Amino acid sequence: MSAPTTTTEAAHVEHEHAHPGDGEYMLVALFLAVVTGAEVGLYYVNMAFLPYAIILTVLMIVKFSTVVMFFMHLRFDSRLFRYVFLTGIVLATAVYMVVLLTFHFFSGH
Amino acid sequence: MSTAEDIRTPPVGQHQIGHHEAKPGEHGWTQTGVSNEKLGMWVFLGSECLLFGGLISTYLLYKRTAVKGPVPHQLYDIPFTSVSSFVLLMSSMTMVLALAALQRGEEQRCRVWLVTTAMLGATFISGQVYEFTSFVKKGMGYTTNTAASAFYTLTGFHGVHVSIGIIMLMSLFVMSLRGRLPQERSEVVEIVGLYWHFVDIVWILIFTVVYLIP
Repeated sequence: MSAPTTTTEAAHVEHEHAHPGDGEYMLVALFLAVVTGAEVGLYYVNMAFLPYAIILTVLMIVKFSTVVMFFMHLRFDSRLFRYVFLTGIVLATAVYMVVLLTFHFFSGH
Repeated sequence: MSTAEDIRTPPVGQHQIGHHEAKPGEHGWTQTGVSNEKLGMWVFLGSECLLFGGLISTYLLYKRTAVKGPVPHQLYDIPFTSVSSFVLLMSSMTMVLALAALQRGEEQRCRVWLVTTAMLGATFISGQVYEFTSFVKKGMGYTTNTAASAFYTLTGFHGVHVSIGIIMLMSLFVMSLRGRLPQERSEVVEIVGLYWHFVDIVWILIFTVVYLIP
């Protein structure tokens, strides 16, 4: 096969190589299954609430990011998609954190 | 400094139809350099974050306010919900495998993965119906208390999203059977896939925040 001669061809080849193959998708799924197993295992471990909640939140963010980056291809696609989706996430997080704070959710009352 | 020609040229590698990059005036060319349909789906998913954020926050606020009847966290069956979560996670894998197969031109394999994804989604929904039924039998109806209402609304909305996803997957399957889903139209599968993965990531949040954290 001859080397790409135009920018478009080169870009296309680069685009094709950027997406993972079936084996990599299965590895990502295996990783997600292991993390889910760890989350469920943690549920049965007797530990203080705060470290438990922090560890679970971290694991949740790891799973969330893995699906978004690999299965939704946000890692490989245009940055515009990343900005659009992040805007939604950041806006939702900010708005509802304010709501929860307003109702003293974190103070436990 | 960019010229008018630079502005009209899509960024390299971002939007192509097959092996051909669309040029101004051609079908598929967009001002942003990315597919309008795909961008539209991402905007929709961004707005869905606000919908589910609202539902999750409402549940968090109401889960401690119940004055009568059983509350959701007293009835959770964590092993059962864990299996449901695993099923939905695996459906994300089969969805992305369907897309990869179609991008390689393997239409038959794509159909197999699409049906597998729909079946896994249906299994998840069956699990949710079973869970709701068992909760109602244990005395927690939709209007028993505010925590129950918030719980059923949140998980019910998610279930409706999964059901819509299953309908879209089966539509893709029928389109493919009729030969209307060739390799060149793989973006259609990608867009439905984005929706499906989003439903999965929402469940990742619900599983941790609602079920696992007391």
